[in-house]
Formats: sequence, structure tokens, C-alpha cells
Amino acid sequence: MVIYLDNNATTRVDPDVLEAMLPYLSDLYGNPSSMHSFGGQVGADILKARGQVAELLGAEETEIIFNSCGSEGNNTAIHAALAAQPDKRHIVTTAVEHPAILNVCKHLEKKGYRVTYLSVDRRGQLDLLELEAAMTGGTALVTTMYANNETGVIFPVEQIGAITKDYGATFHVDAVQAVGKVPIDLSTSTIDMLTLSGHKLHAPKGIGALYVRRGFRFRPFLLGGHQERGRRAGTQNVPGIVALGKAAELAQTHLYNVERERRLRDLLETQLQSQIPDCEVNGGGASRLPNTTNIGFKYIEGEAILFMLNQYGICASSGSACTSGSLEPSHVLMAMQLPYVILHGSIRFSLSRFTTEHEIRQVLTVMPGIVDKLRSLSPFNNDRADWLQSRNVA
Amino acid sequence: MWNYSQKVLDLFYNPVNQGAITDEQEPDVAVVFGEVGSIACGDALRLHLKIQVSTEAILDAKFQTFGCTSAIASSSALTEIVKGKTLDEALQVSNHDIANYLGGLPEAKMHCSVMGQEALEAAIFRYRGIKVEDHEEDEGNLVCSCYAVTEPRIRRIIIENNLTTLEQVTNYLKAGGGCGTCLAAVEDILQEIQQQQAAVPTRLAAELATVDMTTAALPMTTLQKISLIQQVLDQEIRPVLRADGGDVELFDINGDHVQVVLKGACHGCSSSTATVKYAIEAQLRQRGLPTLTVEEVTV
Repeated sequence: MVIYLDNNATTRVDPDVLEAMLPYLSDLYGNPSSMHSFGGQVGADILKARGQVAELLGAEETEIIFNSCGSEGNNTAIHAALAAQPDKRHIVTTAVEHPAILNVCKHLEKKGYRVTYLSVDRRGQLDLLELEAAMTGGTALVTTMYANNETGVIFPVEQIGAITKDYGATFHVDAVQAVGKVPIDLSTSTIDMLTLSGHKLHAPKGIGALYVRRGFRFRPFLLGGHQERGRRAGTQNVPGIVALGKAAELAQTHLYNVERERRLRDLLETQLQSQIPDCEVNGGGASRLPNTTNIGFKYIEGEAILFMLNQYGICASSGSACTSGSLEPSHVLMAMQLPYVILHGSIRFSLSRFTTEHEIRQVLTVMPGIVDKLRSLSPFNNDRADWLQSRNVA
Repeated sequence: MWNYSQKVLDLFYNPVNQGAITDEQEPDVAVVFGEVGSIACGDALRLHLKIQVSTEAILDAKFQTFGCTSAIASSSALTEIVKGKTLDEALQVSNHDIANYLGGLPEAKMHCSVMGQEALEAAIFRYRGIKVEDHEEDEGNLVCSCYAVTEPRIRRIIIENNLTTLEQVTNYLKAGGGCGTCLAAVEDILQEIQQQQAAVPTRLAAELATVDMTTAALPMTTLQKISLIQQVLDQEIRPVLRADGGDVELFDINGDHVQVVLKGACHGCSSSTATVKYAIEAQLRQRGLPTLTVEEVTV
């Protein structure tokens, strides 16, 4: 049995979503760009899906561009923002963005752009005064997350947008982790562009969308055919689009039930803290997504915790160096200036609407034993504060 | 997800020899520990040894590890490997011995086996009163400031493990895995060692050319052949190879066919064939064994 608590990585496809998309993988295989009714009927279904996504966001149908994933959406938004104001050479982002933003910014620095990476505090929160200080008349783009994928910390996007507009810059929001988890209404928003990804809200992988505010001088990133009204070339992924539409419709329904997830997350969080000494919630105290908790277990290492959890079929993730594929711990937790003893032992549990209380209870049953076992192996467990302070890692 | 061997997972889920060894003040027994790594690095190992003073035999070994699955398994494997060995024998244990005991480690996790070997060395040095900071390992230019890796250490691990790529150096030592500033410097060291290794056969042949040659014309018995081959290897060839971090040992002889084992930097080196054919074989032929053929074998 799998207890899946890694929903910020990806989500299971909702059975209703699967049912909705299956016909387009079999009988309804027409190309919506074709001039015959076999393709034309598929085009009508894409229009419906566009409406479903727009409704979830409080947007208009024409403001939705379907694409392949969140990374494409982020790349496209940055490209479009810079193309819209080519004389401006400054970008503002944050130190805790997804690599699909950070690595584009680093690439642009090599091309001569100046990038400001806003810091976060110990809770993972931005300082709007730092944003204000960074802005100039030459700022082309401010791009920030809506919510952080590792900690769930939510940024005050409308306040960020207001500051951005004061300087005439474009405002892009990477909302990959937020869409479907918190209500978003773009009808009265300062956001110019917003990225979302299907597989984070129970649609399959390989489908995403970019919201582009009507009137924004958008320049396409992917050139070619006339699909998506000339704004994103490439034969449309019809099954994926239909699936994303259905997933958006279901997400809107479940938004009213998101408190159930928050209750389960809080149960997990508070019980772990009460049962296990020397652990703390990363981003605790900040405004957070209802489904996410990131907890640092002192004196032990995250990858080892994950392998112990794996024995029980429990899926989670970690920001430790040993899980990163590189040798560095999570850049998000590092930016929060957490002590090493916390960030190397950090575990992220992320829930979904499919998570049950029984599953949470299962985690609570096994987690104290796992931590105890690994701490019994650790040379630091008995040394504790004195040892750590002597090495400036407390 | 890392692709760990079953042995790694077994020793992770059911580690043996975990914990510390307390000094009970037994006669003829010493207890010592060696420690490498830190919380900042993301892994650390404290290896405890119980040593019989009179024989320098390791009576018991235990570990305490902060780290990932492979770090814990490597530590546990290390304790099993060293128990019963003398300190001199234990010093011969390499990180590859640890990895092999585990049925291999993912390339990106080889630094866990290196950590084990270094903790063992640290414990033995401490017992023998050799200050670790006096060991050449810790001397020299600090190349990687993120993980405190020195140039001599990078050189040693490259040579001992026949590393050929920058990625391997990072996997084994973590050097370059942080901010990446030192990657160019690490690459320079790697290239320099590779150039030195490539030049060994030529240099060996040149140095051997200066050695006085005896041209024994009389047929030799097998015993005489072995004696002469061993003498040439020990006195003329091994010193040159050892200067470059390599070595050679006579493995077997069958008539005029000699088998040797290349060690250290020579083992797996891209120039190993040239070393065997154009240096060792040529020298032995010149020393009175004109029909001899030399072949490298792996043991």
C-alpha cells in the first residue's frame, strides 16, 4: 500500500479526469487545426477546456494559452516580459524560486541583464521594503512565486503587484503550487502573467497553461503554426487540454473543501511536534498552503528518513543535500538561513484531496520510531547543543 | 531514487556494530575514535576502535553516523571489514574495499566510502599519536572551500581511484559540488595527473635505459627466472611507478609467459598496456630474457 504525501512533486490523475481524456486517446483523435468536422469537434472541446481553466482563475478564455508544463510557462513569461520592454534590462525575482525561474535568470545575467534576488527571512517571507528598494525605472519584470513548493509559504502577490505597477514593470507569478489549493481571482488582479501546471492539480503530466492578461503585448516563445491564436505553436495536446479543463473544474469544486486538507496537515504537524523532540516547522508561522508542511528533524539526515519511510510505503521528499542529486541542500531552506542541523534533516509532506486521516495516522505511528532509530545512529544526538554551538551550526 | 544494492539496504535497515565503545580500562586494551565530516557537510562518521595494544589487533569496531542511506551502510560495512585486522592491515583498506563489500555504490555516493576510509585513518593516526593536521592529507592549498578539500587530498583520491572525469572527483570528494567556483582548479589538477600518467611508459623506458644491463646468455631455471624478474621489478621498475602513485607485482610465471598485477594509479590507467609492453616487458627482455612476454592480469 502506498501512502502518497508528495503531492507538491506530482499528483495522481483524478479518475474523472482520466475518464474525460480517454476518448481523445482513442476515437476522437482529430487535429483541432484541421478543416473538417472530425477535427472541428475536437476544437470545440478545447474551447470548453479553456473556459474551465479560465473560470478557475477568474480570467477570460482568450487569456489562457495551453502549453506543455510549468517550466515552459515560466520561460515563456520571462521571454515575453523582456520582449515587451526591450529597453529595460533589470529583473527582480526571489532567492527561493523554482529552477525554471532561477536558471533562466542566471542565463539572462550572462546576456547582460541585471537580476535582483530578493531574500527571505527565517520563516520564508519576503520583505516588501527590499522589493521597493530594488525597483527602478529600468525594471522590466518582477517574477515571484505565489506559494513556495518546499515550504508552502505564500507570498503577498497583490502587494508585490501594486509595487511592480508603480514602476511600470511586468508582473509574472509562478502559481504552479497554488492553483487549485487557494482561491485565485485574476479579474481584479495586478498580475500580467501566471503559470500553472496540470500534474500539480490531478491532471496528467505534459500539460500546463499560461495566463496572459488581455492587452499585454505578448511575444510568443515557441514560434511556428497558428495554434493558440498564434501565441504558442505546436499541435495541441488535446487529451491533456481536455484533462486540464476537467481538473480545473474539479479543483474549483474542491476549493470549498480545502479546510479538510488543512486540518489533516495541522494534525500531522502538531502531533509530530508533540511526539518527537527537537524538530521544527520550516515556514511555520507564515501564511502557507493548506496541504504542505516542511519539518526539520535535528541530528539526522533527510534521505535516510525517506528510505525509512519508504519501507512503510510512505512517499515524501526532503531538502537535504543527499536527495538533491547535487551536493547542496535545498536552496530554499538555505535562503531561509536555517541552521544545517535543521535543513539536512528536513522532510516535506504534501497532501491532496485524496489523503485520508488513516494515512496521516499511519505516518504518526511510524515516524517517531524512524527518528529514534536514526538518532540512535547519529554521533550528534548525544552531543546536542554544546557540540553544535561549538561549531556554529546550532 | 538512488539505485542501492540489496547489501546497502540490508545494512541500512539493519546496521551492525552501531554505537560507541566505552573505555573500560582493560589491561592491554586501548579505545580510540576517529571522526570525519560535519553537520554542515551533510554527513559525518565517528568510528570507534577497540585495540589490543600488544598485537595492534582491532578487537572491536563501532560507528556513529549522521548521513544518508549509503553513509550508514558504508560505516557499518567498514566496521565489519576492519574487525580482526591489525592496524597496519586496516590502513590498507581502501574506499573501494568498502564499496565492493556493499556490492557497489552509486557513483554519486562514492564519497560515503571515502568518508569511511578517512575515518579509519583518523582513528589509527590518533591511536598512534600522529596528529591528523600533520598528515600530508590536510596540508597544502585549500581548493574547495565549500567542503574544505585540499589539493593533496584531491590528488591522492584521483590517483588511488583512477578518476578520469570532473564529475567523478565531485562524487568521490564533494569538491566542486558546492558553489562550483573551484571546478576549474579541480579540472586542472585532474588534467595534470592524466598527463603525468600518460608520460609514465616513456619516462620509465628512458630511466631504465640508464640501468646497467646484463646479457645472460645461459638458459635459466624457472627459479632463476623468477628471481631475476623479481629483482628487476623491485629495483628498477617499481620505484619509477611508485613515484607516480602506481605499482606492479609479479603474479605468476609459466615458461616464458609472465603475469603481473598493476596497482594504484597504474591499474586501469589508459597507458597500462604501454607500461606492460614497452617498459616492463622490454626491460626484462633486455635483462637476459629475450623471449619473455608480459601480460597484465586483474585479481
